[in-house]
Amino acid sequence: MKQGQFEQLYASAWQRFDQYLCDLELAPRNAADDVAEEFASLYRRVCHFHAVAKERNYSSYLVDQLSDLVIRGHRQLYRRRTAYVREFLHFFVVEFPQVVRAEQKYLWWASAVFCLPTLIMLLAVYLLPELVYTIMGPESVTNMEEMYNPEHRVIGSAREASTNWYMFGYYINNNISVAFRTFASGLLWGLGSLFFLVYNGLLFGAVSGHMINIAYVDTFFTFVVGHGSFELTAIVISGAAGLKLGMSLLLPGNLTRKASLIAAAKVSIKLIYGVIMMLVVAAFIEAFWSSNNVFMHWQKYLVGASLWVVVIAYLVFGGRRLGSR
Amino acid sequence: MITETRITIETPEGAELPLTPVGVGARIAAFAIDVLIRAGANIALSVVLGVTGHAGMGVSLIFFFLLEWFYPVVFEVWFNGQTPGKKQLDIAVVNDDGTPVSFAASLLRNLLRVVDFLPMAYVTALVCCMSNAHFKRVGDLAAGTLVVYLGRKREAPALPVDEALPVPADFSTQEQRALLEFAERCPQLSPERQAELASILRPIIGPQQPVHTLLKMANSLLGAR
Repeated sequence: MKQGQFEQLYASAWQRFDQYLCDLELAPRNAADDVAEEFASLYRRVCHFHAVAKERNYSSYLVDQLSDLVIRGHRQLYRRRTAYVREFLHFFVVEFPQVVRAEQKYLWWASAVFCLPTLIMLLAVYLLPELVYTIMGPESVTNMEEMYNPEHRVIGSAREASTNWYMFGYYINNNISVAFRTFASGLLWGLGSLFFLVYNGLLFGAVSGHMINIAYVDTFFTFVVGHGSFELTAIVISGAAGLKLGMSLLLPGNLTRKASLIAAAKVSIKLIYGVIMMLVVAAFIEAFWSSNNVFMHWQKYLVGASLWVVVIAYLVFGGRRLGSR
Repeated sequence: MITETRITIETPEGAELPLTPVGVGARIAAFAIDVLIRAGANIALSVVLGVTGHAGMGVSLIFFFLLEWFYPVVFEVWFNGQTPGKKQLDIAVVNDDGTPVSFAASLLRNLLRVVDFLPMAYVTALVCCMSNAHFKRVGDLAAGTLVVYLGRKREAPALPVDEALPVPADFSTQEQRALLEFAERCPQLSPERQAELASILRPIIGPQQPVHTLLKMANSLLGAR
């Protein structure tokens, strides 16, 4: 068949397809049912036209036109429609704890890499107070002292509500960005995640040790215990996700390094969804509860402890009975 | 052809999806547009919310966070795989199999920008893009995504000749494309260079007026007859 004949016979079909595509690209959501029915069969025909035109060496101009239609059609046909709310709930109730348990090997390593430097630094600063300056500048030490000075935080005078909102934004921005960096830098054969875990551990240990030395124990630990359950766990999980990326490159097993990385990344990103959620909760607690000084110390320790129980129970028991879909 | 960047992906329908991965230049241009938009949005937000005091600054910090990490994700997942910058250049992110990018893949490739950024100014991304056939940066490799040119409507180029001459039947699609591109670029070439290029085909198209013959052939490819 000559190209002219071919175009004369079928141009109307691919022009109609083009029209459908334009409509769908403008307003993806209101596809009528009859369009949906004809769309798939038209798409198959256009694929066929494209193959035929290529095979018969019709003009490249026509082939390229048809291939554009094929690409656009494919994009519309394979669009996902996800029930985001249901997926979201299912993920947090069932899937996330399951994934965390499945990847607990990395979680234990990440915990160790975070907790050991914390303890060592705490002990070191406790025994030799000036060691705090090895990891923090004098200015940030003064800042820290200012923040947890019991005299500034007379019981009954909480911060203004507007300041709480400011701190909420600050914690969201700062903490989640730290978690993202801890995760992503794990791609460097795990080194980045190790660095961030160790560094944050050292920092936390140094501050804790310093607070004990200057006897700000209660203001500091009543502050930390509240959101620590969510925040520290989340940072450790993001480190674990990063370590998984790194290990997939170091020990790809039977896969190529690229395939192994893609497979590991699919699991790791699920851990990161959970980390985001946990850090949003943590920021909320940190801004509105931890900073609140209306309550007695024992009340804050009690609430903090129960939050730890909640987080651990969630990760240990969550989604056990329901199994995976 | 060594310089050919087109790839074909076979779909379940048995169709061959012709995709053209986007090179470094266009991707940098798209990214630059997005950076400008984000910076503009950040400045506007901090000005507007700054007057409302501490609470407003807190909100603007949250926006700053969202713009930094989720701006590309939202656009890629809900707006056809295109951030505004990519839309300007008619390019889009797709999964490796040509389907629209999924949320997980989009988030992953954007979080891994942290690694692409290292050691500064996206040097890793640049090196990585240039060292694989599909111009993938590190985030694309891990997430299994690809940045491709979208099909766009091309206007038929106006050629300086009216008559048409059929192309020899054994010209492959590739060769036709080369011929068409020659015709499109003719106005930017000096007559001597045109003649030089066209004379390569002399054994096939005969000795008379090679440039004019080729232009007539290109005209027939565009549908004039």
